[in-house]
Amino acid sequence: MADAFKKLQLARKNGRPSGKYYIDHLLTDFVELHGDRRFGDDPAIIAGIGMLCGKPITVVAHEKGGDIRDKARRNFGSAHPEGYRKALRQMKLAEKFHRPVLCIVDTAGAYAGIGAEERGQGQAIAENLMEMMALKTPILSLFVGEGGSGGALALAVANEVWMLENAVYSVISPEGCASILWKDASKVKDACACLKMTADDLLSLGVVEQVIPETEELCAGLKQKLSEAFARMNRLSPEELCDQRYQRFRRLGVFGE
Amino acid sequence: MLKKANFKQKRNQLEGYNPALDELSPNVPDSLFVKCPHCSHLTLGAELDENQMVCPKCGYHMRLPARKRLYNLCDGGTFQEWDAGVFSKDPLSFPGYQVKVKSSRLKSREMSAVVTGRGEVGKISCALFAMEGQFMMGSMDSAVGEKITRVFERALEKKLPVIGFTVSGGARMQEGILSLMQMAKTSGAVKRHSDAGLLYVTVLTNPTTGGVTASFAMEGDILLAEPGALIGFAGPRVIEQTMRQKLPKGFQSAEFLLEKGFLDDVVPRSELKGRLTQILRLHQAEREG
Repeated sequence: MADAFKKLQLARKNGRPSGKYYIDHLLTDFVELHGDRRFGDDPAIIAGIGMLCGKPITVVAHEKGGDIRDKARRNFGSAHPEGYRKALRQMKLAEKFHRPVLCIVDTAGAYAGIGAEERGQGQAIAENLMEMMALKTPILSLFVGEGGSGGALALAVANEVWMLENAVYSVISPEGCASILWKDASKVKDACACLKMTADDLLSLGVVEQVIPETEELCAGLKQKLSEAFARMNRLSPEELCDQRYQRFRRLGVFGE
Repeated sequence: MLKKANFKQKRNQLEGYNPALDELSPNVPDSLFVKCPHCSHLTLGAELDENQMVCPKCGYHMRLPARKRLYNLCDGGTFQEWDAGVFSKDPLSFPGYQVKVKSSRLKSREMSAVVTGRGEVGKISCALFAMEGQFMMGSMDSAVGEKITRVFERALEKKLPVIGFTVSGGARMQEGILSLMQMAKTSGAVKRHSDAGLLYVTVLTNPTTGGVTASFAMEGDILLAEPGALIGFAGPRVIEQTMRQKLPKGFQSAEFLLEKGFLDDVVPRSELKGRLTQILRLHQAEREG
């Protein structure tokens, strides 16, 4: 119980690397590409193309920001609809040019605000879920910090989902869960344990494929692993890839009959 | 003589009134008069029932049970239910969840928060689903996700259009990440159905929020909503907390979404069957043409 809460604190720790760090350390020749072509450019999500072990890939990543000004500009990694639409635009381009897609997830959740609602936050996320499910190129999602709800899932409809050992992924923030269920936001620790949000919990629930240990040489090893994973996925036909992704989610859920 | 102060208590004892039963009884107009939650107008239960739970004075659309919606929509006697036996389990052994599911079952008289099946609407065969607001606020759990997914898979196999009514507070917290996964699972099934050239019409009813808005509710080819329905991703309370200010009146209402371009139309309940039939016919003509 204390363990889950400890991981949550680690995942949110100030100074923990977010999307940009991994782009810089995993890729070479990165070119950032901005904007959703509909409303604006959302700095909460960084998108672009780079080389992973000598092969071009598309990257879409949440970025929480560095100093306080950067954090404010990036909304602490909570994206608006234009962020999700930018992500989808880049994924569609990846499909067109046969590049695999790496999504790096680090967000407390999609932004909750007037502008986000006015511009269709729900619609933007829904469209990503639907379109990612049928994207004819490999998708791998890597959770590096916080994975909050629909805002995380909108970059995680993937063939494989990997998590760093101290990353978390949940349907609602433990604070939200505690205040709704027990009307007491201080019961965060209990909520953390109940929600089964740690990488190990999610591995045993079948929601993630791999838990990556956070060692000194994290990025060097990760680079190799990612490149091998994409090579493995590229051996499948586009139809097989989509089918594998569909079946991956199709089997998730526990119900009686 | 009874003292005024304890009058109510004595009366309740005399009539064998048990406040605990209020929780368990279904919310149907079985009392003589029903008060409109919007304008407080009192309407005869039978009259309100005939008016499909729409207040005759102010037009407020009160909640309608899922089963009733489907019976109202389908041509007489054509509705056949699918997967009636699918029910929620407790995959995370979440404290208090089983009790909540049990009381929701009693309250809603349903096994899960969605009713699915097939029926004829204006003599056109359709696959259908309607969410049940009395079942833990129509929240999406594994059972709901599975039933909705099967609706689209079966509709794809039988080449049927889908009509769905949504009402939901969002994800079922007590099923944790598995609840979130239902958003992706249902979206995948909607996509396959869509890619086969089949029609999906959503009717969003009050309230549709959270994970349901951010998945199959917003994925219809045509999106209709009932007047005044609250529709959004984040709930108004959550936004007020982040913004620390009061939200403008009418924010996140069906009419607001129509104005912002996120709905095809707002249709009063009394005209809904007619409009859906018309849409189905227009798509049928296209396919035959």
